[in-house]
Amino acid sequence: MAVASILVSETPLVLYTLRRADDALILGHRLSEWCGHAPMMEEDMALANMGLDLLGQARELYAYAAKVEGKDNDEDKFAYLRDVRQYRNLLLLEQPNGDFARTMVRQFFYAAFADLYWRAMMQSGDPTLAAIAAKSEKESAYHVRHSSEWMVRLGDGTEESHRRAQSAIDDLWAYTGEMFHLDEGERGLIDAGIAIDPAKLHAPWLKTVSGVVNEATLALPKSNWMQQGGRDGRHSEHLGHLLSELQSMPRTFPGATW
Amino acid sequence: MYTQALNTSDGDNSHIEDAARSANFQARIDADERIEPNDWMPAAYRKTLTRQISQHAHSEIVGMLPEGNWITRAPSLRRKAALLAKVQDECGHGLYLYAAAETLGTSREELVDLMLAGKAKYSSIFNYPALTWADIGAIGWLVDGAAIMNQIPLCRCSYGPYARAMIRVCKEESFHQRQGFEIMVTLSKGTEEQKAMAQSALDRWWWPVLMMFGPPDKASQHSDTSTKWKIKRFSNDELRQKFVDATVPQAQFLGLTIPDPGMKQNANGNWEYSAIDWEEFNQVLAGNGPCNRDRLAARRKAHDDGAWVREAALAYAEKRKQRQHAQAAE
Repeated sequence: MAVASILVSETPLVLYTLRRADDALILGHRLSEWCGHAPMMEEDMALANMGLDLLGQARELYAYAAKVEGKDNDEDKFAYLRDVRQYRNLLLLEQPNGDFARTMVRQFFYAAFADLYWRAMMQSGDPTLAAIAAKSEKESAYHVRHSSEWMVRLGDGTEESHRRAQSAIDDLWAYTGEMFHLDEGERGLIDAGIAIDPAKLHAPWLKTVSGVVNEATLALPKSNWMQQGGRDGRHSEHLGHLLSELQSMPRTFPGATW
Repeated sequence: MYTQALNTSDGDNSHIEDAARSANFQARIDADERIEPNDWMPAAYRKTLTRQISQHAHSEIVGMLPEGNWITRAPSLRRKAALLAKVQDECGHGLYLYAAAETLGTSREELVDLMLAGKAKYSSIFNYPALTWADIGAIGWLVDGAAIMNQIPLCRCSYGPYARAMIRVCKEESFHQRQGFEIMVTLSKGTEEQKAMAQSALDRWWWPVLMMFGPPDKASQHSDTSTKWKIKRFSNDELRQKFVDATVPQAQFLGLTIPDPGMKQNANGNWEYSAIDWEEFNQVLAGNGPCNRDRLAARRKAHDDGAWVREAALAYAEKRKQRQHAQAAE
């Protein structure tokens, strides 16, 4: 490729912000892949809506990361000129769309977390993050409602939809633990009242998720083995393909403005 | 959720078209009154509008594909969000237009099935490929620009639900058109590669866009009755000329060359364009455009892959209804 990746000074606050920005961008990108191909027009609208919410969150978070870093980087450099190993998103969010059940289970697992997370972050001592949290919480509350309704329709719909939804839960479950993992870098931000401890959200998340999964006549896996690595840039093989598509234009035409 | 219960054509009495009702209907049209779904209307008016509105709806939905093809590769986050929102708007236009068509008595499912079976038309323009990012600019600038020329008069169309849908659609289309032009402005001020990309997009889209207005007036089948019914207020050639006259100065502003060396401005200030290759247009309409097969295949795949989801939603709704009945009976 013609254009080299940027260097990022990952101070704890920059890294923290990039992780959340990458979550939003990668899931937003995945949802945008559905555009024009959804099972019904109403759902084409809804998936695009959620994708737009997430892209909006990503842009605000990247802009803030750029400001905190104080170098020459901006939202597009963060999105388009970092390689796989520099991306910090959760593994769950880069998993391919698969069928509609897989997309909805991924959305539900994440939205149920993000809604709690952003609600707690509204109390952040960092006013920019608190403002982003307030906006993101409203959006993720809708994402939880939308994806919960589909969980129930699919789980309690037909035999085929039940089978597909259960298989998506079984395949994606091992990626949910990473959402609650805390590394030492973030502990300082928590102590300073800037970030919140995601581990504290596990119990309420599990309560929401179990409630919906039960109503959907589906079941959560027994296994507690969880995959990790996204936060440190150790991704699944899927992310590289996503990035090669997402980044193709700025990588091909160095220095152009679009 | 996927249809409205309006697919009952047996109940209407449109076959009893007596002269008095026809005359009264035409008098209402002549007085610029709006015709509403429950009003009596000639069967041919209903059929013409169902065809036109559903073709328009299909065009919006198929039109999501060439631009949708660039959402995942948009060159900046701002462009990506704008393009996703734009393609989402097109889906919204498709939804209101199917809803407007349903008020004439044919369900969305039936209309979509005709399109998927290759029996209903959609705008020929969407059978051309979007090859580069500049095509996204050119589609917004030219295709949406041409669509606006066609659709602004439809805001005054005699059929109320269509006219009202068009008012909202036109507002969004004019925003899309400006967005497309702004992409072209950025490219035309960019690197040599970007300028060449913009010129190539104009070269490829120009003639197909002129064809979007439909066959020349002397060959158009539907214009006479559509004009009488105030569905159509300007002829294909009139709208095409308005579009050309509006677009030539825009191309000049961009520093791009319209791919028609014979084009010249006449004494009235109108830009006279060279002969359009109607054979190409007819071939595209007949299914032989560069992307006809891909477009239909993509729509059919989305429809087929989504069948189990729609079935699940219906099955769940049915179960819930039964449970509510059972509860009420206890």
